[in-house]
Order: sequence, then structure tokens, then C-alpha cells
Amino acid sequence: MKARVHVMLKSGVLDPQGEAVRHALGSLGFSGVEGVRQGKVIEIDLAETDAAKAEAVVTEMCEKLLANTVIESYSVELG
Amino acid sequence: MHAAVIVFPGSNCDRDLAVAFERAGARVSMVWHKDTSMPEGVDIIGVPGGFSYGDYLRCGAIAANSPICRAVMAHADKGGYVLGVCNGFQILTETGILPGALLRNAGLKYVCKPVDLNVTTDQSAFTQGYSAGSTITVPIAHHDGNYFADETTLDRLEAEDRVAFTYARNPNGSARDIAGILSENRRVLGMMPHPERMAEPLHGGSDGAAMFSGLVQQLADA
Repeated sequence: MKARVHVMLKSGVLDPQGEAVRHALGSLGFSGVEGVRQGKVIEIDLAETDAAKAEAVVTEMCEKLLANTVIESYSVELG
Repeated sequence: MHAAVIVFPGSNCDRDLAVAFERAGARVSMVWHKDTSMPEGVDIIGVPGGFSYGDYLRCGAIAANSPICRAVMAHADKGGYVLGVCNGFQILTETGILPGALLRNAGLKYVCKPVDLNVTTDQSAFTQGYSAGSTITVPIAHHDGNYFADETTLDRLEAEDRVAFTYARNPNGSARDIAGILSENRRVLGMMPHPERMAEPLHGGSDGAAMFSGLVQQLADA
């Protein structure tokens, strides 16, 4: 089973990289870009075939390593 | 006084930190990241600057989960002293020994230059060699030194006199100009600037030396 983890800076945390991308888009002529947030996607191949168990273990991975929950939020997608 | 300095793959200030401790009169053991325990009788652990594990995932995240970091956490838990500089500070926040996190610099650039720091408290073994309110000059060299914590944590750090250093001119967007913080028991210090790189006249200044001599003095007496 494959899991895809999205890690993003929490909404209250300033994302200077996203801001830089927003400015760059503006200077390329893309108008109306009101905000850009940059995060990361982590793809995991799991031996587990049970979706509930897979979700539980990936959530534990996020809490322990993949995300720093002081500054980041995460979501898990299975498929 | 016996200091241990951790060496991760990618550490690059480990020797500088060891030399600063040695010059202040400490005996130093270098400890490899795959080790699972500290040498006997270690008084303080130095977690050095650098790019542990290539800064993969997040600065300090992989190091915080390395075998030796469990020994660092056990040492801190039983009231041992720990000094984390730069990447060492990032590692200490990733382990949860210190609160908050270090984000990408607000200006997005790697900043490498001497900066003026306000010594905010002299009430710790790390800062007792300075006067509270004085200014010292120490270099910074980081890309991710923008200290972040929620408002409650920041208020608490200030109320408990746990902000050790602030930047005179904020170089990286750090919340409340914070450059270094202490743990609740004041025995763990994490800071982005490098006192070990300004510890003798040939470095261009020796404002960092008082931290190491103060630590050696206090821990030798203990």
C-alpha cells in the first residue's frame, strides 16, 4: 500500500519561501496570486495492506519524525 | 570538568567546540552519533554546529532521532548540562528538550557574519561570566535560525528569565529577537550564534570565551 504525506507549515507560521514564490509569480505577470504556501510531499511504500492499520502507523511516523508539529501540520492520503 | 562533544555526519563545528572547552580547562571526549551512551562522568554535553545528516527532512530532525540523542535526552532529564550551538540548537528543539523551532531565515538567505548580542540574563552557568544587559559580539552562520514559538511559550520564556541572548539587530526574523534560550532548570542552553568561534584573540575576538570558562568554573566546583 502506498501512503502520501503532505506536510505544510501551520497557518500562523510565516512561510518566507512561499512569499518569495508569490513575488516571483507576480513579476512573471501572473496577477491575482493572493497567497502561496510551500510544503512537501513524502511518498511511502508500505508492506501493510490494511488501510486502517496503515493510516495509524503513518500517523505515528508523522508525529515522531515526518512533521515537526510545533510548526507543521500534516495530512495522510492512502492509495 | 568533563565535556562530551557529539559528532554527527555533517557536524563541522565539533572540533571548534572541543577546543573552546579544552582552552577553558575542560577534559573533552568526542562521542560518535552511533554510540548509545556517554562516557563515564560527563558533566556537560556539547551538541555542535554543522549540517547533521545533510539537513535532510528538517534541520536536526534525523539527528534528534539518532542513537546518541537518546543518551543526550537521558542526561538532560536527570539534570545534566547541555550546550547546543546552531545545528545543535536545532537538534535540541527537535528532541523537545527545548521549546519552539528554528524556521528558514525571514530573508531566505544564509547569513554568515559577526552580530551583536544582548546578554539577557546572567542567571545561568552559561552566562554567569557576563553581565546582564551587556553586549557581546559573536558570529552567526545559518540558513534556518528564525526562532519560532507560540505566543504563550514566548511569554513564558520571558517571564521565567529563560531568554539568554537576544540580537541587537535581528538578522533572521526570530520571534522577539531571540538568539538563545534556556531550559526550565537553566541547565540546557540552545543558541544560534557561535561562541566557540569567538573564543580567543586570533578568532578576531574572544567574547565567547567567558561562556566556557564560566561553565568550567561552575561545573568544577559542583
